[in-house]
Amino acid sequence: MKPGHGEVLIAEGDIDVPAEHDALVEQFRAQLDAGMWAAVPRATAAGRREARMAFSFDDVPRDAERVIFFPRAAGGR
Amino acid sequence: MLLALSASAVVILVLLWEVAWPVAAERLERWRARRALVELDGYDPGRERRAEQRARGLLRSCVNEEEWAMYRELGFIRVWGGLAAGPERGDDFGGAPYAYLIYPHKPVIAYLPQTRRLLNEYCVAFPDETRPYGSARLPDSDDVLAKWMALTGDERRLVATANMHLPGRQIDPKQVRRDLWRLTQWEQARMRERQRGAGGVHAP
Repeated sequence: MKPGHGEVLIAEGDIDVPAEHDALVEQFRAQLDAGMWAAVPRATAAGRREARMAFSFDDVPRDAERVIFFPRAAGGR
Repeated sequence: MLLALSASAVVILVLLWEVAWPVAAERLERWRARRALVELDGYDPGRERRAEQRARGLLRSCVNEEEWAMYRELGFIRVWGGLAAGPERGDDFGGAPYAYLIYPHKPVIAYLPQTRRLLNEYCVAFPDETRPYGSARLPDSDDVLAKWMALTGDERRLVATANMHLPGRQIDPKQVRRDLWRLTQWEQARMRERQRGAGGVHAP
């Protein structure tokens, strides 16, 4: 998510392809280092929709279709 | 006699000044705020509209059909709370469920659906200080999605990060209660529609 733009594709690839996996890990770390939070939207077994926060690449389920990065929350006025 | 009248007039003027000055000062302040030049460096309304369109598409792809319809038709999303005792330490609602209302670029409101009692306002923002397109502010629907993801993904962290205030600090409690009433009406209408739809299908 980017102010003034909305959704921006950062990287895409197949986690089972080593080179693409490494590129995805690198981009993931770069986003977290830039102060972003990462979340994976998913459906629960009960059919409810929710997000799962990912604090490291290992937290991303292998079958996840996408990871959404958004600016870190801060106390507002 | 003249001295007494003059003294009375002075006292009346001072009292009037005391009463009128705060009101006049507030009006003056508002007038100045209205006339103040707002810095819109790099602001492009077309770009912001396109950003909002993309953000709406992303939000729609993440939340469920009911939440999307709620946002589209009512302008907010309700998220059920997941902490056992309530959003704050020391809360005890006797097992009653609580929920949040998510508005774009406004505080998140915690409330008890059964009684419509408002609990707290959680002021939270997602500023991108790199200002990639001239602004640090996410499009409305991205702001809603960020709150939705943070609440459903890690409610405790979002509540701890936000500045908590009593209800009414930023959003008028009357407006929130009106929105809760609209939500109830909306849910009942959907339920009736579903029942009509289910009742309309008969086996031959």
